[in-house]
Amino acid sequence: MKHIKTINYGALKNSINKPGCKECANSCQSACKTSCTVANLECESK
Amino acid sequence: MKIHKYKQCGLNIVIDVNSGAIHVVDDVVYDILDFYEEKSKDEILNTLKGKYSIDEVKEGIEEIENLINEKMLFTEDMYKDIVLKDEGPSFVKAMCLNIAHDCNLRCKYCFASEGNYHGKSELISFEVGKRAIDFVIKNSGIRHNIEVDLFGGEPLLNFETVKQIIEYAKSEGEKNNKNIRFTITTNATLLNDEIIDYIDKNMGNVVLSIDGRQRVNDNIRIRRDGSGTYSDIMPKIKRMVEKRQKDKQYYVRGTFTHENLDFYEDVIHLSNEGFKEISIEPVVLPEDNPLSLKEDDIPKIFEQYDKLTEEIIKRSREGKAFKFYHFAMDINGGPCIYKRISGCGAGYEYVAVTPNGDIYPCHQFVGNDKFNMGNVFDGTLNSAISKEFKNGHIYNKPKCLDCWARFYCSGGCQANNYNFTGDIHNPYELGCMMMKKRVECAIAIKAKLSQE
Repeated sequence: MKHIKTINYGALKNSINKPGCKECANSCQSACKTSCTVANLECESK
Repeated sequence: MKIHKYKQCGLNIVIDVNSGAIHVVDDVVYDILDFYEEKSKDEILNTLKGKYSIDEVKEGIEEIENLINEKMLFTEDMYKDIVLKDEGPSFVKAMCLNIAHDCNLRCKYCFASEGNYHGKSELISFEVGKRAIDFVIKNSGIRHNIEVDLFGGEPLLNFETVKQIIEYAKSEGEKNNKNIRFTITTNATLLNDEIIDYIDKNMGNVVLSIDGRQRVNDNIRIRRDGSGTYSDIMPKIKRMVEKRQKDKQYYVRGTFTHENLDFYEDVIHLSNEGFKEISIEPVVLPEDNPLSLKEDDIPKIFEQYDKLTEEIIKRSREGKAFKFYHFAMDINGGPCIYKRISGCGAGYEYVAVTPNGDIYPCHQFVGNDKFNMGNVFDGTLNSAISKEFKNGHIYNKPKCLDCWARFYCSGGCQANNYNFTGDIHNPYELGCMMMKKRVECAIAIKAKLSQE
């Protein structure tokens, strides 16, 4: 496309095919403890 | 809100909220998107004809239509039913274990009331620690991974018990086929070679507290006699990080307050000291506290995040990249949608346990009797509180449903929401503003670097 460059093709929508295993860490357990950021967790079921 | 668009680093960035697709667009498409949902094609052409050629606008509209057909723009929310129909059991698989309700420091912003959480100073016993490990293993059900965060106060005030608890947890984990990962959060004052070696071998992550520049750190992170800690902790933190095995995580973590709104300098200071994994986070304090962040501080805070974004891009190009926790987002991966719509997990996947074995939804609720969920010696969990937190997801938070960032923050910190608004369902707005800015910056970094 000339006017649009897509850099992500819909990771959220595509992740619906994952098992949703909930094996990943909880957001407060990496560093924050005062502010919740879920999007920077890592998936355990890549 | 189906899309979010913004300008950063010289790019026009468009996020399709529900699919997660991210696009970099030119000015023509950026402007068309202002009208796309409200106006007809002819009206859009008419509106923009003075600014762009008819052909350009037509092409732009065509490309937008292509993306809509491919479900990467203006997509609808398709996840609500998943979370509303989830009536299955929850498994507690993450625990904040408060090793010490006591601290050798008197940091001015401490949410734990200088370590004791508004109660008496207390160290956890091995017996309580054992029960807590038994509790989390028993309640983890089908989950294989368990996270235990050794927290305080200052957990190294009780290091011998930490070692006992870890040995016990390792052996019980093995027996029960659980992978138990430990994190320790420390103010670094008590680190010595023996402890550094032990932490390196046994902890999946170590969070080392320091606020950045000496002046900033020593204004806040002080001992009982008021003296600053920087010159004591900096060499110790460096030793810990140098020793750290390369495949294991650490974070050098600080807090910024109203008194160092130029916190960009603190992040850069830590980077210049050689640290590669850095987190500097906004303080959360009641508005009347002089250190608290105010709405008037937001422009300055945003400016700092913008500067940091530019600097991270620059250092990445120079091969001197470092990880800033709040910008460390994998836009092509990260947690699945099931995780993102279920919130932070406090109260039903994640709990905090105090030195006397009391259970709370998370470390920030410790000491608030209303949220006491039980005790590890009873082995039960207050199901009403657990259910309330499980249901505290974005689809039950009206403000989140209108927010483009809902799949990145998952509804925010329940404790902050409760403490500022009296309701876990009602977001802490200052936190939302900063969260949205950080997500924009994180995506801009990826977008910019992906162009090169």
